[in-house]
Amino acid sequence: MALVRCQDLQKSFVKGRETVEVLDGINLEIQQGDFLALMGPSGSGKTTLLNLIGGLDHPSAGAVEVGGVPLNEMSARQLAKWRAENIGFVFQFYNLLPVLSAQRNVELPLLLTPLSSRQRKANAATALKIVGLEDRAKHKPGELSGGQQQRVAIARAIVADPTLLVCDEPTGDLDRETADEILSLLEVLNQEHGKTIIMVTHDPKAAERAAQVLRMDKGRLAQEAA
Amino acid sequence: MLAQILAVTWMNLRSLPLRLGSSSVVVVGIAGVVAVLVTLLAMAGGFSAALERGGSPERALVQRAGANSEMSSTLNPEDVRILSTMPEVAAYSPELYVVADVPKRSNRQPANLVIRGVRSDAFAVRPEIEIVAGRALAPGKRELIAGRGAAAEFLGIDLGAKVDLRNNDWTVVGLFTAEGSAYESELWADLPVAQSAFRRGATVQSVRVRLTSADALEAFAARVEDDRRLELEALGEEEFYAGQSKSMDALIRGFGYTVAVIMAFGAFFAALNTMFTAVSARTVEIATLRALGFGGGAVLASVMAEATGLALLGGALGGAVAYFGFNGFTVSTLNNASFSQVAFDFAVTPELLILGLLWALGLGLVGGLLPAAQAARLPIVTALRGE
Ligand SMILES: Nc1ncnc2c1ncn2[C@@H]1O[C@H](COP(=O)(O)OP(=O)(O)OP(=O)(O)O)[C@@H](O)[C@H]1O
Ligand SMILES: [Mg+2]
Repeated sequence: MALVRCQDLQKSFVKGRETVEVLDGINLEIQQGDFLALMGPSGSGKTTLLNLIGGLDHPSAGAVEVGGVPLNEMSARQLAKWRAENIGFVFQFYNLLPVLSAQRNVELPLLLTPLSSRQRKANAATALKIVGLEDRAKHKPGELSGGQQQRVAIARAIVADPTLLVCDEPTGDLDRETADEILSLLEVLNQEHGKTIIMVTHDPKAAERAAQVLRMDKGRLAQEAA
Repeated sequence: MLAQILAVTWMNLRSLPLRLGSSSVVVVGIAGVVAVLVTLLAMAGGFSAALERGGSPERALVQRAGANSEMSSTLNPEDVRILSTMPEVAAYSPELYVVADVPKRSNRQPANLVIRGVRSDAFAVRPEIEIVAGRALAPGKRELIAGRGAAAEFLGIDLGAKVDLRNNDWTVVGLFTAEGSAYESELWADLPVAQSAFRRGATVQSVRVRLTSADALEAFAARVEDDRRLELEALGEEEFYAGQSKSMDALIRGFGYTVAVIMAFGAFFAALNTMFTAVSARTVEIATLRALGFGGGAVLASVMAEATGLALLGGALGGAVAYFGFNGFTVSTLNNASFSQVAFDFAVTPELLILGLLWALGLGLVGGLLPAAQAARLPIVTALRGE
């Protein structure tokens, strides 16, 4: 069974008097364990689609199901709880909290679980180890390079062991070499840790690392082989 | 939920040093409100307390019916004799009451000073009077004993000093305390000497009565009123002083609350502005937390916690300023009801400090509410875009 299933998904935003149709009937299935790259011109609706799959927003019409759960039928409160348990987010600009150490940033999602403080520390340390930053645990984001910050963000995304990683241009702010390191890390998470990954990117080299590439244009999908 | 709130609050507090400037505006603003409120109420409280402390439930004041102060009352010896025979009277003290102009130490301007002519009965009626320096009055001599407050406030009222009152020389032979009551703002003299010096013949202004018990007050007052030979009225001392302090107390309190409310508006807008700034500076952070699954309630509570935390800090600071700056601070002012200067201490009581903290808390809560609600209702998707 597919992990993610979108059926005739539509999303429009009201801007003043105008209604902007951003997603115009998306039909999509993503299998468990897939590593999918989503490409397309700016404004084509990639982030919007990602937000719907990640349970950050409600569709205007259509259905989105993740792991058999119909997200379009859930309340904001239910979605928040669901996100904490099932989704790891990775953002282009890392979105770490500047006042917290790397360790504390990674621990954040675990505050929403019943884990003890010791367990949280241990799990955060494990996640930092997976991304290769165990020796930077005490550093604040400002004391880390862009690539290191994105690793911390990835550690935060995987610490609660979600099934699905949702990455919006995770290498968009990084140089070639650092981007490659991050992509290798995502590959490892996909292949060795069994994470299903959806990654939006503008970078064809990055898309090559994915198992499958989807293209979006003007709110529609055009599928092609990787 | 609690863990969430604590985590987000802790995070906010950690970022406080980055917002020290605007945060300290809130703290200082609210400290100002609380300091002014507590200080002025401490002043009102101290004034009332100074007047009311003189009041005992077992004592009554008898003066001419309709007299609105001791000064405008006159009793003749026959009045005093009739009173002394009443069964509710355990002890009585006929007293002369005049006011003289004496310069104050602070500005050398003359102000009203009460001179009370008394017999030794005055001390029997008021056991709280204590001579703390020098000695008691000797009968028949032109001598004064001065209350602690009068000595502190008025120029030349020193132990052993000669004082000129209405062209007569008097010697200050003693200083007394009266448990902080208004008597401490008076000069006392021997009754017959004062009567002749101030040309009062044998009349007095009032009679202070110690009753057989506090319960006898009602019967005594009724008996005085019903006696056809007398045109006098008897008032319980507590009631008398409460009446005297009421208008000044209300004036200071009214002024205190007015100033505090005006300042509170300023502090409220400072808190509002600071918290809105704090929220908008962290829009992306808050949206990120929400994306990770943190609830709107946790975000709301954390902003409120920060606002009230800053406010309480301000409240504590303001209370400390009032306490360390003004508690026990002695001033004197004119008691309109008795035409005399009353010296009193600002009384910064625990109740006032708690009231100050409650004001601070209230300001923090209302100042933080709108920004907190805005933070909690941020649409995650737009906020993540950084728009
Ligand atoms: N919250 C919103 N309110 C109004 N319009 C929005 C909102 N979110 C997205 N849009 C509009 O929807 C369109 C698609 O936005 P989206 O962010 O999904 O594009 P994208 O493919 O991710 O672009 P980019 O590659 O630049 O990130 C844009 O025209 C954008 O202005
Ligand atoms: Mg985008």
